[in-house]
Amino acid sequence: MEEVKEQEIRLPRIGEPAPDFEAVTTHVRVKLEDFKGSWLVLFSHPADFTPVCTTEFIAFAEIYPELQKRGAELLGLSIDSISSHIAWVRNIEEKTGVKIPFPIIADLNKEVSTAYGMIHPGESKTETVRCVFIIDAKQIIRAILYYPLTTGRNMQEILRIIDALQTTDEHKVATPANWKPGDMVVVPPPSTQEMAEERVKQKEYDCIDWYLCKKKL
Amino acid sequence: MACISTDGTLTESGLKMFRVLNSGPVSPEEIAQRTGLPMYRVRGGLRDLIPAGYAILKGDKYQLTEKGTALLK
Repeated sequence: MEEVKEQEIRLPRIGEPAPDFEAVTTHVRVKLEDFKGSWLVLFSHPADFTPVCTTEFIAFAEIYPELQKRGAELLGLSIDSISSHIAWVRNIEEKTGVKIPFPIIADLNKEVSTAYGMIHPGESKTETVRCVFIIDAKQIIRAILYYPLTTGRNMQEILRIIDALQTTDEHKVATPANWKPGDMVVVPPPSTQEMAEERVKQKEYDCIDWYLCKKKL
Repeated sequence: MACISTDGTLTESGLKMFRVLNSGPVSPEEIAQRTGLPMYRVRGGLRDLIPAGYAILKGDKYQLTEKGTALLK
């Protein structure tokens, strides 16, 4: 019984395959595997026709071209119906001129939101909190963000995380605090004493000490 | 079904996909490239078309059936 309970509340974790799903969206019925080969930003919002969510949807629509440049798709979700989603995105376009270009899951049976741990009963038992799952082209969860109902998300941070992850994948480096594209990156630290001694002598690196060296890409 | 409206006619994105499918057996990647539609939309759309009898899968490529071709006329 204890084991079952633990399975029920288990949240997805970074580095694990993203939980599979099949869901109705405002564009087409989708499965997670339909996004294979692209990065995917799967995000939940508490409810349609609410103020903070509306500002976020406009902001997500604004960064959509930037996401596409990075090979990423966007997929929204809330526990609302397709009719509600359609009415809301049409209202946003009518009132602000912003067309919502990405699909939104109508998760009325809470299947996807439960699998992804998007409902936090301490915040709300009937709405999803503001989650962001950054899933890579192999469908591995690479980053997770949770924001409370009252705090709208920072779109630039979502782009920055994708830039950092893609830079790490391509160059086998890490990225320091507040890193942005063009900044120096962190070289993986040496794993032996000999390598540490050699590391501090290497001219191409900007080293504070053997364990913290940066380089330009 | 995302490609076909409730009145039985092709949607705008459905028409794009059907035109490419009508040109011969094509992969989802080719359909996405030639229509400009994202891959998830092509894959999701194709998944609906097969059980409805509008398209068939031969190997790893898709093509329209007679029922599918009829919708283009």
